Amino acid sequence: MEVTQLLINAQSIDGNVRKHAEESLKQFQEQNLAGFLLSLAGELASDEKPVDSRKLAGLVLKNALDAKEQHRKYELVQRWLSLDMSTKSQIRAFLLKTLSSPVPDVRSTASQVIAKVAGIELPQKQWPELIGSLLSNIHQLPAHVKQATLETLGYLCEEVSPDVVEQEHVNKILTAVVQGMNAAEGNNDVRLAATRALYMALGFAQANFNNDMERDYIMRVVCEATLSPEVKIRQAAFECLVSIASTYYDKLAHYMQDIFNITAKAVREDDESVALQAIEFWSSICDEEIDILEEYGGEFTGDSDVPCFYFTKQALPALVPLLLETLLKQEEDQDLDEGAWNIAMAGGTCLGLVARAVGDDIVPHVMPFIEEKISKPDWREREAATYAFGSILEGPSADKLMTIVNAALTFMLNALTKDPSNHVKDTTAWTLGRIFEFLHGSTIETPIITQANCQQIITVLIQTMKDAPNVAEKACGALYFLAQGYEDIGPNSPLTPFFQEIIKSLLAVAHREDATESRLRTAAYEALNEVVRCSTDETSAMVLQLVPVIMMELHNTLEGEKLSSDEREKQNELQGLLCGCLQVIIQKLGSEPTKYSFMQNADQMMVLFLRVFGCRSATAHEEAMLAIGALAYAAGPEFAKYMPEFYKYLEMGLQNFEEYQVCAVTVGVVGDICRALEDKILPYCDGIMTQLLKDLSSNQLHRSVKPPIFSCFGDIALAIGENFEKYLVYSMPMLQSAAELSAHASGADDEMTEYTNSLRNGILEAYSGIFQGFKNCPKTQFLIPHAPHILQFLDSIYMEKDMDEVVMKTAIGVLGDIADTLGSHVGGLIQQSVSSKEFLNECLSSEDHTIKEAAEWAKLAITRAISV
Amino acid sequence: VEPVTGEPGVINKVSSTKSFYRFDPTFLLPKMAPPTFLLPKMAPHDIRRPFKRRPISDQQKRRELSLLRQSQNRSDAHQRARNLASSVISLQSSSPDVDREMLSEAEFDDGHESESSSFDVRQASRLRGPEARKWFASQLMLPEWMIDVPDSLSQEWYVLARPAGKRCFVVSSDGTTVSRLRNGSVLHHFPSALPGGARKKGTSGPAQSYSILDCIFHESDQTYYVIDMVCWRGYSLYECTAEFRFFWLQSKLAETGACDPPSFYHKFRFSAVPFHNCDQSGLHSAYAGSLPYVKDGLLFYNKHAHYHTGNTPLVLIWKDERCSQYVIDTDNNGEVLNQQHIVLELQDDGKIVTSDDPPVPVGCLNADFVKQSGLSSGSLIRFAIGDGGLNCVDGRFEQADLQYIGVSNRARAFADSYSKIMFQFMARHSPLKVEDLASAISHENQQDKSPEVEMSD
Repeated sequence: MEVTQLLINAQSIDGNVRKHAEESLKQFQEQNLAGFLLSLAGELASDEKPVDSRKLAGLVLKNALDAKEQHRKYELVQRWLSLDMSTKSQIRAFLLKTLSSPVPDVRSTASQVIAKVAGIELPQKQWPELIGSLLSNIHQLPAHVKQATLETLGYLCEEVSPDVVEQEHVNKILTAVVQGMNAAEGNNDVRLAATRALYMALGFAQANFNNDMERDYIMRVVCEATLSPEVKIRQAAFECLVSIASTYYDKLAHYMQDIFNITAKAVREDDESVALQAIEFWSSICDEEIDILEEYGGEFTGDSDVPCFYFTKQALPALVPLLLETLLKQEEDQDLDEGAWNIAMAGGTCLGLVARAVGDDIVPHVMPFIEEKISKPDWREREAATYAFGSILEGPSADKLMTIVNAALTFMLNALTKDPSNHVKDTTAWTLGRIFEFLHGSTIETPIITQANCQQIITVLIQTMKDAPNVAEKACGALYFLAQGYEDIGPNSPLTPFFQEIIKSLLAVAHREDATESRLRTAAYEALNEVVRCSTDETSAMVLQLVPVIMMELHNTLEGEKLSSDEREKQNELQGLLCGCLQVIIQKLGSEPTKYSFMQNADQMMVLFLRVFGCRSATAHEEAMLAIGALAYAAGPEFAKYMPEFYKYLEMGLQNFEEYQVCAVTVGVVGDICRALEDKILPYCDGIMTQLLKDLSSNQLHRSVKPPIFSCFGDIALAIGENFEKYLVYSMPMLQSAAELSAHASGADDEMTEYTNSLRNGILEAYSGIFQGFKNCPKTQFLIPHAPHILQFLDSIYMEKDMDEVVMKTAIGVLGDIADTLGSHVGGLIQQSVSSKEFLNECLSSEDHTIKEAAEWAKLAITRAISV
Repeated sequence: VEPVTGEPGVINKVSSTKSFYRFDPTFLLPKMAPPTFLLPKMAPHDIRRPFKRRPISDQQKRRELSLLRQSQNRSDAHQRARNLASSVISLQSSSPDVDREMLSEAEFDDGHESESSSFDVRQASRLRGPEARKWFASQLMLPEWMIDVPDSLSQEWYVLARPAGKRCFVVSSDGTTVSRLRNGSVLHHFPSALPGGARKKGTSGPAQSYSILDCIFHESDQTYYVIDMVCWRGYSLYECTAEFRFFWLQSKLAETGACDPPSFYHKFRFSAVPFHNCDQSGLHSAYAGSLPYVKDGLLFYNKHAHYHTGNTPLVLIWKDERCSQYVIDTDNNGEVLNQQHIVLELQDDGKIVTSDDPPVPVGCLNADFVKQSGLSSGSLIRFAIGDGGLNCVDGRFEQADLQYIGVSNRARAFADSYSKIMFQFMARHSPLKVEDLASAISHENQQDKSPEVEMSD
């Protein structure tokens, strides 16, 4: 069938026509992929065809090369790679030809498709002439082709990893891009495309930024582009600066004076879209310096990879006034609009980052502004002063801030009750929260909250909770941190006398009719959770009374009928909050001496949780699952009675690939249940193991869930002991192949190293559980054949030198477990391993006592295994 | 509980094993860069930052706290299993010299060892699963059955009436009390007035203080009858004589309020079992006296014996029809079997032996039979005693008419002991009667008196 007509029909407003066309396209794709892709590329390339069908052809083509889900993407890539060469060549030619089309949308679509193809082919060393042909065209072509080519190069850099492009090509791409950005380029479309392309190509410019001349040139062109008459170019140029700030922080010293001038001008004078990027540049610099200083650990040791250049500190006298000015440019309703982002918000956020980067030094630069404006009649000035104050509370030392904060506290409490401006009250309540967050708690020497003012503070906060939703939400937040500060208070909490009233008020807030505005209800329950978490035994009776109240509320959410989808969504959110609250209470009361009275509620609570599973909502499921895990821990073996009912939801959770958080949480709960039920979990193990093995085998499930699944094997093995035997045939080969992979997978970057270590830890925890579970039973013989590769795995990860402390502890423990369980059968083998010598010695002299303890145990077990 | 399985039989189909789960370890790794497609990205990049918001939501905090709790619990579980192993090692070290040598090679100083042995007992109270079963089974002092009357009963021994019920270890520590049966399974987990037994304000003593009692839980009045005291307020009584332990038990238990009726912080009542010098009146009180509990035989404790884990001839149990409902072993339905059944352990060399240390051989199985019946070294095997009966001399079996029944059920941890086999055998043929005990005592007394008479002469 004619593909043009299909593509047009696929955009028809008539649902039937559209559906039919979509089905035909799908059929075409399934029956003849090569023909399908070729006709789409032909459609896209043909200037005779309607623009709409061409654009859609390009989009469908792109979607045939890439998908959101990793496994689908993988399939598509494999399918493309398996196409015959002549089809691929024809498609490539069509795509390159499309770049010359007079229709901008069509060119842009083609750019993206080319980048997708390049993303697949360049790593396979296919389509080697692509970059050459793009570059060779760039000087000879009309402006619109040049623009499309630059755009293509930009997408290509985004799609392809720098290591598959030769440096020679990188140089040429950058040269073409930077020339396109140059002021000498007369065509704004070309210059904009080039500037945006540079943004994406910055990751390729490592070598060029190491070369002074080349770097100077790039920086000059970028800075010049920030002065372009065209606002979009200025914005794109600042985006480049933002990206350079984080990618090439250590190369910027020479340019900072100029950049300060450029950004200051933009913040003060330019369009907001440009000004926001200019502020973001400084926020990014602060991010870098905060990270570096954190790595220094407060002391300059000189051996950090990237030195701190203290750009923020040097710019302080000029930067702070610049940011303070922005605070006065608030929008009227910014606190009511969840998605708002304006220059005042960006400026205040940046000021907060500056405070974290420079610490005490910021205080004298900000105080005059605050003192001058805090009592002005214009709400903008009062709000700006308050916001400035709130912003600098994290960073400077408590010593530096304490006097100021003590003096300000009464003023703040007064403003909260009396100020006529909603905006000022919002920021004031937020600032109080920040005071409690950073300057109240067991680590602070002179407390801000004293016996003298505690009552007043709580009274004001409770009163403020009746204010407008946005203000009330901030008051709940302040109460959250107020409670948190008493986390380690010991047996007597200053909040005890107010406990009942606080709980009552928070529940009242949660029940306000407008509680769904400004996340007020969420904030109320979160504060309630923290108040409960930080409560002491003095108030456990009151927390106990809260249980039936929250249970009744949860019950009520389950009774509603015929809700609109919007109402249902809110209902589900509320269920999540209530399950979360019960979870916190279970953890608080589920141990002695409150356990017995609390557990009277367990049956009913379990019924409610199971009913929550009946509603389709990932968040509520996750929260209910977490609560059940806590309940299982508290109930111990008695949890067995819930298993027949609960089991199907457990299985459902383990099958939830899409909402992988639910799956992850469920895996954790399986562990809780193993520890609670011990061998009583046996009847369910076939089902659970089946699901876990499927999860591991799935390429759809998010990889972050997989390490915990391995740990879960260990939990099950420890619970059911030698009964785990029948699962060895499945689990051991998986563990072995995962171990081989994870032994050498690390190194790419921090994130990868972290993931690899979590994977290793999961694998090792599985081994630990299995070996310990089989100890002292005749079936240990089944484990003997696995000892060599596990020891080899331990040796490998030791020699990789990139394991973290957690893995180290688990690994040395596994060594002991093998020795302990297999004894003399593996004595010789263990003696030959590196792990039993260097690694063990390293762990024995570790400063981390948990590692040392595990190592001492391993040493003892090895000594036995060898000497028997 | 019905066994629930997601896909019945999937796991058990061993033939379809590896192919069923197409596990590709590369799925564990990120395949490609995160998806950046479907919409053109040339639009300006979003630079919004969180505004007046906590960096971590409370939900995230709950999630993280859960993960933290789970990984802590997992780590504790592993630690427990390992501590158990270390404690078994350290307990062994107190007897055979070989182990001591091995341990000194491992550079473990003795002070540390003896400290850790009691420490590990407390750790072991938190053990779970098969580990706990094995550990606890080996921790209790187990009486031998009385097959002949020991010398100096009236001078050297106590007698007490054993309450009918479940023998258990009660451990109080860290604000909670746990009772565990001989098989290690938890009977109760409760607050008690024992030292450290409840999370209650004003409880005296350091937090790490713990106590271990050897008890029998008596179902009908829901009371723990304490028959022995193993540790008290962190102080080990293992190495103390029964005389001292009993004295300490009688005086200390009541002080704590553990003998008071149940209350919020004290879920079960404890009661010390009365004990007597094993003279005529003591024996009579224990045997015929009225007690608040149902009796199940008499226990005899040698006054000088330390608390010895496992079987010991210094504590003896004796029963007859009057003081126990369970004299002769019954089957699962409570019916007395026609023939006596015994359980023995198979050794490497084909010998079948009792659980004693050293084991007492009762017979020998030939290798073909062992192979045919699928038995292996360590198997516990049930036999019936045929008409030929048992014949023994000096604690060794001369001749035994054993009839093979089969492998014993899995709940058994140990073979029968020599004394149990003999007591049961005698109970069926020529029981040791209470009159025998009484006459042994009076005979002793006469012997004692006669030298006195001579001296007064």
